[in-house]
Amino acid sequence: MSENINNIINENTSQETSIRFENITKRFGEVWANKNVTFEMYKGEILSLLGENGSGKTTLMNMLSGIYYPDDGNIYVKNQHVSIKSPRDAFKYGIGMIHQHFKLVDVFTCIENIVLGIEDKEKAKISYAKEICQQICDKYGFIIDLNKKVYDMSVSEKQTLEIIKVLYRGADILILDEPTAVLTPSEIQRLFNVLRNMRDDGKSIIIITHKLNEVMEISSRVVVLRKGECIGSVLTSTTNEKQLTEMMVGEKIDLNIQRDEPVNPEERLIVKNLSCRNKDGIKVLDNVSFTAYSGKILGIAGISGSGQREVLESIAGLIKLETGDINYFDPKDHVMKNLRNRTPMQIRDLGVRLSFVPEDRLGMGLVGNMDIIDNMMLRSYQKGYAIFVDRDKPKKLGEKIIESLQVKTPSINTQVRKLSGGNVQKVLVGREIAASPKVLMAAYPVRGLDINSAYTIYNLLNEQKNKGVAVIFVGEDLDVLLALCDDILVLGEGKVRGIVDARNSSKEEVGIMMTKSNYEKESDIHE
Amino acid sequence: MNKNHEPLFHIVKRSDITLKKAMLIRGIALLSGLVSICLLMLIFTGANPFAVIGQLFSGAFGTQRRFWILLRDSCLLLGVGLALVPAFKMKFWNLGGNGQILIGSLVSIICMKYMGEAGVSDPIIILVMIPSSIIAGAIWALIPAIFKAFFNTNESLFTLMMNYIAAGIVSFFLAVAVTSGSGTLPTLSTGNLPNLGNQYLLTIIVVILLLVIMTIYLKYTKQGYELTVVGESQNTARYVGINVKIVIIRTMVISGAICGLIGLLLAGSINHTVNTESAKNMGFTAIMVAWLAKFNPLIMIATSLFITFLTRGMSQVQTAFGITNNSISDIIIGLVYFFIIGCEFFIQYQVIFIKKQKKKELQEKESEQ
Repeated sequence: MSENINNIINENTSQETSIRFENITKRFGEVWANKNVTFEMYKGEILSLLGENGSGKTTLMNMLSGIYYPDDGNIYVKNQHVSIKSPRDAFKYGIGMIHQHFKLVDVFTCIENIVLGIEDKEKAKISYAKEICQQICDKYGFIIDLNKKVYDMSVSEKQTLEIIKVLYRGADILILDEPTAVLTPSEIQRLFNVLRNMRDDGKSIIIITHKLNEVMEISSRVVVLRKGECIGSVLTSTTNEKQLTEMMVGEKIDLNIQRDEPVNPEERLIVKNLSCRNKDGIKVLDNVSFTAYSGKILGIAGISGSGQREVLESIAGLIKLETGDINYFDPKDHVMKNLRNRTPMQIRDLGVRLSFVPEDRLGMGLVGNMDIIDNMMLRSYQKGYAIFVDRDKPKKLGEKIIESLQVKTPSINTQVRKLSGGNVQKVLVGREIAASPKVLMAAYPVRGLDINSAYTIYNLLNEQKNKGVAVIFVGEDLDVLLALCDDILVLGEGKVRGIVDARNSSKEEVGIMMTKSNYEKESDIHE
Repeated sequence: MNKNHEPLFHIVKRSDITLKKAMLIRGIALLSGLVSICLLMLIFTGANPFAVIGQLFSGAFGTQRRFWILLRDSCLLLGVGLALVPAFKMKFWNLGGNGQILIGSLVSIICMKYMGEAGVSDPIIILVMIPSSIIAGAIWALIPAIFKAFFNTNESLFTLMMNYIAAGIVSFFLAVAVTSGSGTLPTLSTGNLPNLGNQYLLTIIVVILLLVIMTIYLKYTKQGYELTVVGESQNTARYVGINVKIVIIRTMVISGAICGLIGLLLAGSINHTVNTESAKNMGFTAIMVAWLAKFNPLIMIATSLFITFLTRGMSQVQTAFGITNNSISDIIIGLVYFFIIGCEFFIQYQVIFIKKQKKKELQEKESEQ
């Protein structure tokens, strides 16, 4: 149905231009974030801005929404040459951007956030705003309680609020920066329906994304950026995922993730009844039990904040547990070792070979301001002679990792924060793997990486699995989880919602388990 | 409204700057500082600029004695800077240098006075003085460190307040110990630290030793590495199993101990007495020494020398031109600091004028062709 509408609109090229970029250029130091970008978009279309991380998508859109000012080039809104110097200017031209990270006041209600900062006295009135917002909701099919406090809202509700906020300010050109990254499959569908309604109403929508299946589903046209340059603009109906990937990466790429059959899996890490609370006393893990096997990749799925981080950190000895046991079966001496409430040092001293690639790479796994050598040393600095550190071995390790993982860096003495995301992750994963672990935990290891780096990471994880390491992989992209892992543990609100066989499960199935808190009960009834 | 009006310039963070260029910017800042000294002196007193500069240098280098004092004072400042560096590298903003120095000084003086009055021989007094003043300084830093480590209190406020407590205790001591009514403690002749060659050399040697040790400590030891990691990211520190609490406490004890040592030198070798101003605000001035040098102990030699040169030189200028108003000298020194600190902005950032840039790009294109 929606596909049809797409086609009708495409053929129906009455095509009134809403925005035109002409030779837009923006430089940050030596980096060309955007170089002579030229394209246009029309009224009543959904345009996907596709590109890898660091290809300049967000920078380009930030120039449209007044956060940056272009070094060179012209922007036309509705065929009128404009100079957008601030977000206020952007609103004046009817441009509204929904950022990846929401900009809301937690203690305010939905409607209070909407009127916040509006100068027009009539428009800033809550009662008036409520009426108009209700009309907007009815018109496009938003479901939201206007009196709800932001801190009570789910991620998807916050996003809805952000969209209503810009609509209320009269935006008819909407920019959404990676809107689906934080949503579950069903929420994504709901968002897409709303977007289609808005498109049919004549709004122009730009979606920044790097997920190809969504591009194919929602947009009528795709503009591809690569390294800051506009590679081309194609109609969605005349292209396919493979072609888009090639445009995006600039070379042919095999999109399949390999998955070998596990060889002799053994119980390696047996986690039983983990429970813990966060600083506010809220239960973040509730009776979590699972087993990680050697030679297998265990995926952990769940909407963000369901306890994924806490599971990994409690295994790594960073969180104090209320109850539960973490038993590590040492293949060397066949002894069961309990890791519960031990510090990372104590765990290492027990002879447990545990490696951990945390979610926050530069804030936890590495030190951004230190060079590669000193970052290599993080795990092994205690090995130096007496009170002194030994930088020779870390240096050799660093050189080895740079060579084998093809880390692009000016030198081994470069601060890691100056490297690109993919290279930072290669340094971190390289170091963790160099410790020849028996258990390897990785939290969102491909987040923000370009396709090539992501596949390097998948290959590294597979390599470890085939070496007999028990790999635990926390991911957010269900397609990847289903393609890479052997088993998938689904977490929801700190509880285990179920463990499924990744080879025989569908995305929808896992998606439902993630979102529905009474999933288990329902399935019981079915049985 | 002109819709096509572009902003005149924009500011871009530099990704890299050559050492040569950075030094050039600093040189220009220094020069502008000197010029502004002359200008202000011209305005305030009508003094000949060249005479002002002459006096400035003569104040610092004019006689052998002045030169020694310059060296000793910059060493003292450098010593305090060295005390602050480990704490600052750990992102523990120790603003309590003054208090830690003062309490070290006070403890030395107490030893000197009361043990001297009891007739204890000098070597024994000194043997007691050294550890007790160092420990006193360490305790003064330990208190905020413990609160920071266990209750996450704000260390800046805490250390700052400890300064006033230290000053209060010194006043209390003076009230008790000085019976004459003048309120000042006369210089003590007992328990003075030995002179090595001349009265300045001891301080200089101690601080140079300290410099070597601190450089090695920060760069080549496990503890130095640990405190850097804690300063950069406590999460990373926890992740690799560093005990953050212990590192905070240990580093602050070192920081306070060095301040205590400086206090010992002040009391035992230089002043032989104590008052609430004994620390001469070095606890704060040294912050600038450390920051300007980006916490590099070797560069701190230069920054402490420069700051001492400026203060000593300006006090000479003040005497030479008969300026009775102290604030003029302060204003001028402040202005020079402004240039020196302000130039760091131009080292970090680059100001690009739109029109110029376009011209440059055109040239680049032409040269490419």
